[in-house]
Amino acid sequence: MAETLRLRHSLLVRVTHWLVTLSFLALLVSGLEIVVSHPRFYWGETGNRNTPTLFKIPIPSSRETVPTGYGYVLPDENGWSRYLHFQSAWVLVLTGFAYGVAGFFTGHFRRNLLPALVDASPKRLLSSIAQHLRFARPSPEEAWSYNVLQRLTYLVVIFVLFPMIIWTGLAMSPSFVSTVPAAVNVLGGQQSARTLHFFLTLALVLFLLIHLFMIVLSGFRNRMRAMITGRVAEPLERV
Amino acid sequence: MNELTRRKLIATGLAAAAGASGLAVAAKVAERYGLIPPDSGGVYGPGETLTYAAQRLLTRHSLAREFPRSEISQAPFANEVDPLGEQFQRLQQGAFADWRLTVDGLVARPASFSLAELRSFPRRSHITMIQCEEGWSYIAEWTGVPLSHVLGLVEAHPPARYVVYRSFQPEWWDSLDMGDALHPQTLLALEMNGDDLPVAFGGPLRMRVSRQLGYKNVKYLTRLTLTDNIKSFGKGLGSAAPEAGYAWYAGL
Repeated sequence: MAETLRLRHSLLVRVTHWLVTLSFLALLVSGLEIVVSHPRFYWGETGNRNTPTLFKIPIPSSRETVPTGYGYVLPDENGWSRYLHFQSAWVLVLTGFAYGVAGFFTGHFRRNLLPALVDASPKRLLSSIAQHLRFARPSPEEAWSYNVLQRLTYLVVIFVLFPMIIWTGLAMSPSFVSTVPAAVNVLGGQQSARTLHFFLTLALVLFLLIHLFMIVLSGFRNRMRAMITGRVAEPLERV
Repeated sequence: MNELTRRKLIATGLAAAAGASGLAVAAKVAERYGLIPPDSGGVYGPGETLTYAAQRLLTRHSLAREFPRSEISQAPFANEVDPLGEQFQRLQQGAFADWRLTVDGLVARPASFSLAELRSFPRRSHITMIQCEEGWSYIAEWTGVPLSHVLGLVEAHPPARYVVYRSFQPEWWDSLDMGDALHPQTLLALEMNGDDLPVAFGGPLRMRVSRQLGYKNVKYLTRLTLTDNIKSFGKGLGSAAPEAGYAWYAGL
């Protein structure tokens, strides 16, 4: 069967997608590594091993001073983790900025991400949710644009979760908040910012898992090709 | 080679040259305005330089958040300290009467101060948070002599760009750029919460840098050296931290 290829994703979307993927994975690994040095979370301004926690993660720590109940201490990996975390954060922020500006001016957000008004009706939303819950394989036309649930999810990830995780990250910086104290004050304190940063990470990891699952469900090879070369085979891959 | 591709080639070459010289100029300007950290080499140099430059431009004169007295932590955590040894114990038994802070390097009047002399200087207090890079924190009232006052007394020479500070524990040494050294909240801290600074928290004398993480706040201060050549200290990375894999600049 002869295949013709049609453009699905613009160069901007593809390049920024993979830059964000790389920086997110680096941030995730280095961030978890930093958490290992103090797997205790607090609410408010301050917290340390002498104060009550909001919750603890039941893992061993890379610091002797943290009481974990484990009889051993993991090696300290915070040095490179912190260097990598902040370098990756720059890649993420600069990529996100370029994507945001270009997405706005090229109409990418309006065209590809804002749900059509007719789709945003409760009835359409419910039927889309029901379709997802049945793990129904998407119809061939859906390979050419996002459905309403996808659009809403991407909008939340792009305009809520990523900005919030950058904000809560900055709110932990003593130097940054010396200039913009409100950035941490409105969150309820520096330890609250750290705890929120952790929960936002969990939300993004949940998104990543669902995202990967949906890609496998809708045809891994063709979806990967679409995000790498920008093109999708037509007719769509054999069912 | 036809006209079009040659023109394209020349344009590309010119753009590349302009880009490269633009970068070179940017690097010169950044160096001139103190926007390049001593540990700017290596894989993580670009991120480190961006962070340091951005925060220096953004936070030149900003003050760290200060808190009301009611926010002072009831249970601060001192963190672990390696054994300080017999010599320190002898100094402690003598109520640190023989503790000295030496100031040398690019200064007109090198000096050595006792704690009593330091206590006689104008003092400043602030209630600020100290955060460890690991993630924990506490708030305390810190009292001490502004570092800027001592730098004024010894008449620091204008070419000085860094203050290198050393601890009684030889493995701990660090440095501040002049922006942080002259910052009004940067203290040679003598007291915590109204009492003499406890040994566990760095007593008798600790560097208190309000806008940077805990590890810049070196305990048991013994010596300040002003320099215009940070590369000549240790491995040339600005402090002991990068030699152990940690960033020199700890504003985040």
